[in-house]
Amino acid sequence: MNIYLPIAEMSVNVLVIIGLGALVGFLSGMFGIGGGFLTTPLLIFYGIPPAIAVASAATQITGSSVSGALAYWKRGGVDVRIGAVLIVGGIVGAGLGSMLFKLLQSLGQIDVSINIIYVVFLGTIGGLMLREALAALAAQKAGHVAPTRMRARNPLVTALPFKMRYSDSGLFISPLAPLLLGVATGILTAIMGIGGGFIIVPALIYVLGMPAKMVVGTSLFQIIFVTAVTTLLHSVQSQTVDIVLAILLLAGGVIGAQFGVQAAQKLPPERLRLFLALIVLAVALRVAYGLTVAPSELFTIYAG
Amino acid sequence: MSRLLALFAIWLACTAAAPVKLITDISQSRIDIIYTFKGAELLVFGAIQYANGQVPDEPPGLAVVMRGPAEPVTVRKKARVAGIWVNTRSARFESAPGFYAVATSKPIAKLVDQRTATIWEIGVDSLQLSPTGNATPAETEEFEHGLIDLRRRNGLFAEHEGAVGISQNILYRARIAIPSSVPVGSYTAQIFLIKNGEVIAQSTSPVEIDKSGFERWVFVAAHNHSLAYGLAAVAAALLAGWGAGLIVRRN
Repeated sequence: MNIYLPIAEMSVNVLVIIGLGALVGFLSGMFGIGGGFLTTPLLIFYGIPPAIAVASAATQITGSSVSGALAYWKRGGVDVRIGAVLIVGGIVGAGLGSMLFKLLQSLGQIDVSINIIYVVFLGTIGGLMLREALAALAAQKAGHVAPTRMRARNPLVTALPFKMRYSDSGLFISPLAPLLLGVATGILTAIMGIGGGFIIVPALIYVLGMPAKMVVGTSLFQIIFVTAVTTLLHSVQSQTVDIVLAILLLAGGVIGAQFGVQAAQKLPPERLRLFLALIVLAVALRVAYGLTVAPSELFTIYAG
Repeated sequence: MSRLLALFAIWLACTAAAPVKLITDISQSRIDIIYTFKGAELLVFGAIQYANGQVPDEPPGLAVVMRGPAEPVTVRKKARVAGIWVNTRSARFESAPGFYAVATSKPIAKLVDQRTATIWEIGVDSLQLSPTGNATPAETEEFEHGLIDLRRRNGLFAEHEGAVGISQNILYRARIAIPSSVPVGSYTAQIFLIKNGEVIAQSTSPVEIDKSGFERWVFVAAHNHSLAYGLAAVAAALLAGWGAGLIVRRN
């Protein structure tokens, strides 16, 4: 069953796209991640033009983060004030990122840049996650409980001026720290088509020292806004948001997420983290392979 | 009386020199791209009207050219830099047709010489892509080959030699496949009647390819009202995500 995408201007198999959404949804339900880092490269492998894949994946993440964020909100798991600072930073970052995106596009280097950024980020994060998961598993095997990390007090963060009290998270820190974090992830959202949850979550825990129960909700809260702004920016600047593609991905994602949540309840968390680390590393390796192996097409045609 | 004679003389002159004419029609003068669009096939057909109705014994030479809107493109070539493949050199062409297909009654090389092929742009290799910039002729040729080769494999450029069917040396027909990735715009079908390597008659018919219905609505909205489109996309995503969450929780 094929459907013609109005913005991507190509005919795609509906079941493949929904299946792709479901696969990513399954993993996001299982690991509590947005899954943008999987959606974008998979869409590109399928043949969707990178610019459209990135922009439409951002739109899909807006939708897939809503129900999770609402659930955390009701439980009081969203620190709105830190979230707001992250959002302001994220919007600035998304603006910078989309300018960078446009610049790279005009230089003809957008595809390779997206891929390099993917390899660097996924490789680093996946490597760190793998090390952590293996250590946890080894500790478990040795019979003692893995040491829970103390809430970090990063000296760089404590050195920042204009400290404020964030009572929801019990933090006394400078708003500059979450602001800069927001800017960094906003740039990545615009260029990579990811929510950035897998960067924000560890950063909030280990760099800002936010309590774990507030982290995921606050991250989802900020992701909704930053991906929404990214959608607007891509719509206005490059008309690359394919709403039909985004809705198809969402449809599959919802179905997949349900099964993912069920699967997660049957697996120990250390094992889950190990799987996630391996998936992230596999994507990084696949993209790296694509960069180094001789391409099947040496030439690319760009309009204009 | 003299007037009548003059008229008769003109008629005589006309019929004597009456040129060969091509009559053409196309199965569709408009292709609507809707959500189920998987490509289309156009049938170009017609008849040759010979001077004084004298049908020659040998089959006529025919070329049917279907071309889409031309637009400027930049062709980039990847090369290995520090182990990874990046776009390095590029060339610009001012008028690359988004679609070009030619069907002929016999191999192009036997139908026309290089000069005639170039004048009428018969054959993929005879396209005038109007390269610009300061590339050397060899470089330009390299990128031209890259462009043509890529579009050929995507079905956007095609040559079907010997695909024009001819009946009784009068009727002709050719099928042109339109892939789903064609650009929208105004297309033309040109039919050339060729004798001894020269074009002796031609006719042109327009074909419009455009998105229609929902696909068109979305495309127009995205380009003409991009902010509203972006807001609508965000709203649709939020609604879909929220609604889906409700359904999942109920189950």
